[in-house]
Amino acid sequence: MSFQKLFKPVTFVLCVLPLLLIVLKGFNNNLGVNPAETILDTMGSWAIYILLITLSVTPIRKLTGWGGVIRLRRMLGLFVFFYVCLHFLSYIWFDQYFDWNEILKDIIKRPFITLGFATFVLLIPLAVTSNNRMMLRLKKRWKLLHQLIYPIAIMATLHFFWMTRADYTQPVMIAMILSALLAYRLVLYYQKKPQPVRKQSGHRSSTDR
Amino acid sequence: MSIIIKKTDDIRPSEITSKSVYLQRREFIKKMGLTATALLGGAHLSLAEAKAYPELVKSKFSTADKLTSLNDVTGYNNFYEFGTGKYDPAKHAKSFNPKPWSIAVEGEVEKPGVFDLEDFIKPYALEERIYRFRCVEGWSMVIPWVGFPLADMIKRFKPTSKAKYVEFVTLYDKEKMPGQAIKVLPWPYTEGLRMDEAMNPLTLMAVGLYGDELPNQNGAPVRLVVPWKYGFKNIKSIVKIRFTETEPVSTWHKIGASEYGFYANVNPQVDHPRWSQKTERRIGEPFWSPKIKTQMFNGYAEQVAHLYTGMDLEKLF
Repeated sequence: MSFQKLFKPVTFVLCVLPLLLIVLKGFNNNLGVNPAETILDTMGSWAIYILLITLSVTPIRKLTGWGGVIRLRRMLGLFVFFYVCLHFLSYIWFDQYFDWNEILKDIIKRPFITLGFATFVLLIPLAVTSNNRMMLRLKKRWKLLHQLIYPIAIMATLHFFWMTRADYTQPVMIAMILSALLAYRLVLYYQKKPQPVRKQSGHRSSTDR
Repeated sequence: MSIIIKKTDDIRPSEITSKSVYLQRREFIKKMGLTATALLGGAHLSLAEAKAYPELVKSKFSTADKLTSLNDVTGYNNFYEFGTGKYDPAKHAKSFNPKPWSIAVEGEVEKPGVFDLEDFIKPYALEERIYRFRCVEGWSMVIPWVGFPLADMIKRFKPTSKAKYVEFVTLYDKEKMPGQAIKVLPWPYTEGLRMDEAMNPLTLMAVGLYGDELPNQNGAPVRLVVPWKYGFKNIKSIVKIRFTETEPVSTWHKIGASEYGFYANVNPQVDHPRWSQKTERRIGEPFWSPKIKTQMFNGYAEQVAHLYTGMDLEKLF
């Protein structure tokens, strides 16, 4: 029981670690030759990594039968938003130095920034409605709303592809992992479909994603 | 035991232990943990501290901008032949041995040939030129290059009237350049200049930086430096120079013509399709401070703007 209880704090610490490391490196003057780039890239990368981990929760639960993992999902999702915010802030600060006019032009003019910004915007309602109260209030619509995470994941991956210059190794790996995670959902969907006659197994559906 | 220590003036560049060998030896000594390290290493250090090019002609083209540190210049750059990350070249070029090196001069010239690097460089008085360096990715440095004007070299080979362009080719050797094992770019890397650009007094053949031999990761033993163009035009580790009648292939232009032009002149008014070129991050400046404004032709308009009069720089970027 106490072992189970440890998972949440441990996950929390692990998720904070990338940021902590950046801050420590910053104080030690150890952020590389181009610190602005290091921070921007690290925040963006961890947003995607944690997003993929978040999307792994359901497969892990189904494949291992370990139900407890579901209790980590909200926190993981919020950390995705957290790192996206830091990524966006790094862009606003280091890249544009709060030149709102230029930022606006950038968002309109450059597809990969448009996409990145749209991803950020779509994450906002998910973060806002992540608490229990909103979950209860929105009921079925909550599930529908939070399915936005699928387009968000695809958009984030495209954003990563689009900013790459020649070496696509990393974005390809991200895309492959994401494809596997999405394919798993398709398999689940088609496995369920053949029994439409039976009435829905209501109580489980709110977490079956 | 006697140690002969020559005065720096008596030492020919060829006599000086190359930095890589020197570093290897130091590494070896360290590993052995010899007690004599202090004596041997000490004597060695006094020789190695003498730079490869102690006497250089100062250039009137040098900028007064604050130099980027040697550590940053040699620790962060694009050289896909040694990996696609900007910290890769420093890591993966350590074992690269640029000696012996030969350069082939061919195409539309009266005096073609294959030359040993030392013979190739010998006719020129080496200069120090402190140039701004602007990468197409949006960062910049200030680098004290060692080299000679490309124009002087071109005159020596006597191009024919058909020579309208100069093409440069980087070494293609997967054994020596591990990054070439992966086809991220169509190897070998090639670049080109229009003849008048090549003849411009700013265009430099660089054989060193910071008074020393060119470090492997910066394009040893010889590279091109064209300070008013984006970094990728500055082709490294050159093995072939060819004079042509038609426009040569520029590697980045070949894989992305909409993003990388043949001319690749630094121009804050013409954005890269994916990012703005109005500003640049000067390496070494505090990262929380604003970037600096990019200048037309990287601040060398006075010397080169006339090369492009009448050209639509929006189209021929």
